[in-house]
Amino acid sequence: MKVNLRVWRQRDAVDKGRMVEYVVEDATEDMSFLELLDVLNEKLILSGEEPVAFDHDCREGICGSCSMVVDGHPHGPEKATTVCQLHMRKFHDGSTITVEPWRAGAFPVIKDLVVDRSAFDKIIQAGGYISVNTGSAPEAHATPVPKANADRSFAAANCIQCGACVAACPNGSASLFLGAKLTHLGELPQGQPERWERVVNMVETHDDAGFGGCTNTGACATACPKEIPLDVISQLNHDYLKATVGGRRKKA
Amino acid sequence: MSFSDYTVGAPVVDKAAPDGPIETRWERRKFGVKLVNPANKRKVHIIVVGTGLAGGAAAATLGEAGYQVTSFCYQDSPRRAHSIAAQGGINAAKNYRNDGDSVYRLFYDTVKGGDFRARESNVHRLAEISRQIIDQCVAQGVPFAREYSGLLDTRSFGGVQVSRTFYARGQTGQQLLLGAYQAMERQVNAGTVTVHSRHEMLELIVVEGRARGVVVRDMVTGEIESHLADAVVLATGGYGNVFYLSTNAKGSNVTATWRAHRKGALFANPCFTQIHPTCIPVSGDHQSKLTLMSESLRNDGRVWVPKQIGDTRDPREIPHEERDYFLERKYPSFGNLVPRDIASRAAKEVCDEKRGVGPTGLGVYLDFDDAIQRLGRKAVEAKYGNLFEMYERITGENPYEVPMRIFPAVHYTMGGLWVDYDLQSTIPGLYVAGEANFSDHGANRLGASALMQGLSDGYFVLPVTIGDYLASNKLAPVAPDDPAVVEAETEVRERIERLLSINGTRTVDSFHRELGHIMWDYCGMERTEDGLRKALELIPELRREFWNNVKIPGTGQELNQSLEKAGRVADFLELGELMCLDALHRRESCGGHFRGESQTEDGEAQRDDENFSYAAAWEYTGRGSAPVLHKEELEFEYVHPTQRSYK
Repeated sequence: MKVNLRVWRQRDAVDKGRMVEYVVEDATEDMSFLELLDVLNEKLILSGEEPVAFDHDCREGICGSCSMVVDGHPHGPEKATTVCQLHMRKFHDGSTITVEPWRAGAFPVIKDLVVDRSAFDKIIQAGGYISVNTGSAPEAHATPVPKANADRSFAAANCIQCGACVAACPNGSASLFLGAKLTHLGELPQGQPERWERVVNMVETHDDAGFGGCTNTGACATACPKEIPLDVISQLNHDYLKATVGGRRKKA
Repeated sequence: MSFSDYTVGAPVVDKAAPDGPIETRWERRKFGVKLVNPANKRKVHIIVVGTGLAGGAAAATLGEAGYQVTSFCYQDSPRRAHSIAAQGGINAAKNYRNDGDSVYRLFYDTVKGGDFRARESNVHRLAEISRQIIDQCVAQGVPFAREYSGLLDTRSFGGVQVSRTFYARGQTGQQLLLGAYQAMERQVNAGTVTVHSRHEMLELIVVEGRARGVVVRDMVTGEIESHLADAVVLATGGYGNVFYLSTNAKGSNVTATWRAHRKGALFANPCFTQIHPTCIPVSGDHQSKLTLMSESLRNDGRVWVPKQIGDTRDPREIPHEERDYFLERKYPSFGNLVPRDIASRAAKEVCDEKRGVGPTGLGVYLDFDDAIQRLGRKAVEAKYGNLFEMYERITGENPYEVPMRIFPAVHYTMGGLWVDYDLQSTIPGLYVAGEANFSDHGANRLGASALMQGLSDGYFVLPVTIGDYLASNKLAPVAPDDPAVVEAETEVRERIERLLSINGTRTVDSFHRELGHIMWDYCGMERTEDGLRKALELIPELRREFWNNVKIPGTGQELNQSLEKAGRVADFLELGELMCLDALHRRESCGGHFRGESQTEDGEAQRDDENFSYAAAWEYTGRGSAPVLHKEELEFEYVHPTQRSYK
C-alpha cells in the first residue's frame, strides 16, 4: 500500500521545526506504524538525508518509549493501543497521515519526534514509592490485601509513563499519571503510612515541573493506551483535599 | 586468524566459591565478607550501568546502604529498561500451595532445567533468596495477582510440576521493575543515587588492572564523558539482538559487556542462547522485532500441527484425530509444559517435516478451543485477555475463534561475562549482574527465573559481596587526566569518527539484518560443524564490509540514532564470531545448544559430560588474534547429571 506522510522535523530544541511530506510506496498491512517509519528512514539514509528521530524500544506496548501524535491522536486513532502496536491494516491505501511529537510545555522537543519526559521521573522522586529498604520486608502473606483493592491497584499500576495523557490534555496536565501512581500505592495497606505526604509532594512537583491544572475534560483517559480509568483523578483530588484541608498530613 | 584457531589456557577458578553443606554456603559467605564502615560508605563511589531489575535493584540497595551511586541507562527513563517487558512471572520457593515445593526443589529444577551446566552453589543461593524477593516486592507495593482470600496467587510454568510462579497479569516484569525503579528514585531524592538517562556506556576504564570507571556518550548532545568510581557494576542485559530479530527491545545491545570483554573480562558460554517457543511468527521482511506470547499460555493452550503434510484446511475444520498434539505425544508427563528448549526444538522438527502452518510454513498452532470449552470464555479471558488482545492487534486474527500461530524466537542469553560466586568478573572491581552475567541458568533458563535472578543479584547478592571488595582494597583516587582515562576516551572518540567517516552505501540495519540471518541459520536452533564453519567465514567478511561500506548520516554532536545503532552492530559483528566459535568447540548438545551431531536415537539433546562439563570462558587477545579458552570445571555434588527427561 502507498502512504503519504506529513512528519514534524525539528533539528534540535532551538530549531523552529516544520512539517515535511514524504511518500512510502511499499508499505504492507502487516507492518506496525513504527516499521513504516523504519522503511521511510532506510530510504532517507540512502538518499543522504537524516532519518526521522523517534523514541521506541520494546515495541510490545509496555516500555512506554514510543510517543507520537498520529492524525491528532496520541499513539494514533486505535483505542488502547500504543503506536508501536498500531498496524498499517488500520489505514487505507493512499491515506495521508500526520505525525507530530507530544506537544506539552513540560515535554520540550529534543529532536523531530523525540521529547524530554524527565519531569515524570522527578514526580516519582517526590514520593512515588513506598519507603522500604531492601531486607526489611515482612513475610509476604503477613498482610493480606483484599482482591478488590489489589485489582484496582493493579489497574492503576498499568500506567506505562508514556505521557499520552499529557499530550492529549488541553492544559498539558499530568493528573492521570499522578492519579494512577497515587491509586496504585494508595489502594494497598503498604502504601498507607506515607499516603498523605506522598500526594502533597507529588502534586507540588507536578505543578513546579510546568504541567497544567486539570479541568476534567477526560481527554487523558480516552488517549491512554493502557485505559487507566478517569476515577484515579477523583482519587487524587480526594487524597489531596484530605491531606491539606482535611489536615491528614502531619507536618514533622 | 583461522576461525577454529583458539588455544586452551589455564583453568579459570572461582576463588570466592564457598564449600561445606550447600544450604550453609551463602550464610557463611555473608559472614565471611569484610564490611565497609557505615561512616565510610558515603565516601565510596559505585557506578551501575543499566537500570533493569538487576541494575535498578542494585542502585537502590547500594544507595540505601549509603554508598554514592551513579547510574546510567540509554533509555529516556530508567523505568523503560527491557525487564519491563517480561510477562509471565517470577519463581519463588514459598510453597504456599503446599504442593511439595521447597528451596531444594527449586534448586534441583533449575540445575536440571539448565541441563547441568550451571554452578550448584549459585543456583542454591538463588533458590534461597527467591523467598525474600517476594517479601520485598510485596512491601514495595508490587500488585501481584491475589485470590479472594487476599493471599497471593501462583501458577505453573514450563519444566516444573509445582505452582511457584507469582505474577501480575501479563506484566510481571513491568510491576517488578516499577518496584525497583521507585526504590531507586527514592534514593535519588535522598541524594545517594544520581541517574544519567540517555547516556550510553561505550568503554570501561581500567586503571592498574582494576575497573575504575566508564566512558559514556550523552546521546542528546553527543558529548563524551568519563565517570570515575571505586567499582563498576554492569547490569546491561543480554545480547539476543545479535540475531537482529528477537524478543529483546530494539535498543538492547552487548556493547557494555563486549567493551569489558575487550578490556580483559572473560566471556562465558556465549553460544548458550534461549529460543522461546511461543512467539508470533515473522510476517515479512519489514519485521523489526518479534513478540513473545507468555509461556503461561501453555498452561491451557494445546500445541499442534496437522498430521498430514500439505494440509492447508482452516484449522477449525481439521478433526481432532487428524491433528498431531506433538508435545503431548512425545512428552506425556509434561505435555505442553516441557521446558523452552525442548518445546522450541519440537516445533522446528515438525516444521522441518513440512507440517508447519501459516503462510510461511514456519508456525504451529496454540489452540485454546479445549480450554474455552472446559473453563468458559470468561475464565480464559480473565487469565489471558491482554495477551489475546495483543495477538489480535499484531496478526489481525481473533484467538478466541482461530488458533494462535506461534513459532520460536530468540529470547534470552544464558551466556555472559564470567563471574565468580561474588558476581565479580575477572577484572577486579568489575561486577556483573542479571542477564549480563553467565552464572545461574546453565545451558537453558527455566521460565520465570530471569526476574528472580535479576532481583536476587541486584537486591541481595551484589550489595553484600561488593562491600567485601571495597573493604579489602585501598583504592587511591584516579585523576581525570590519568593516562588510562585519556586513552579510553580517545578510543571512543576515534571509533565514532571512524564510523562517521566511512560514508558508504549500506545502512546499519541492512548489516544487522544480514548478521541476524547468518546467526539464525547457522547458530540458531540447530548447529552443525559445517554450518558453524560457514558462519565463521561469513561473519568476518561482513564485518570487513561494514567497516568499509556503512553509511551513517549526521554528526556525532547531536542525537544520532544511526550512529548509536552502528556502534552496537559493530560489537555484535565481533560477538557473533565468538558465539559461533564457542558453539563449534562445544561438540555436545546441552539445553539451548543443540548440535546436530550430538543427539540421542529419538532426537533429544545428547550431553557429553566426560568432555564438556565445564563453563567455557573466553579471553580476548586482540583484534585478529585467536581467543584463549579457560575452562571452569563444574562439580555436581547434589544433583547428579542425568539425561534430562520430560517424557
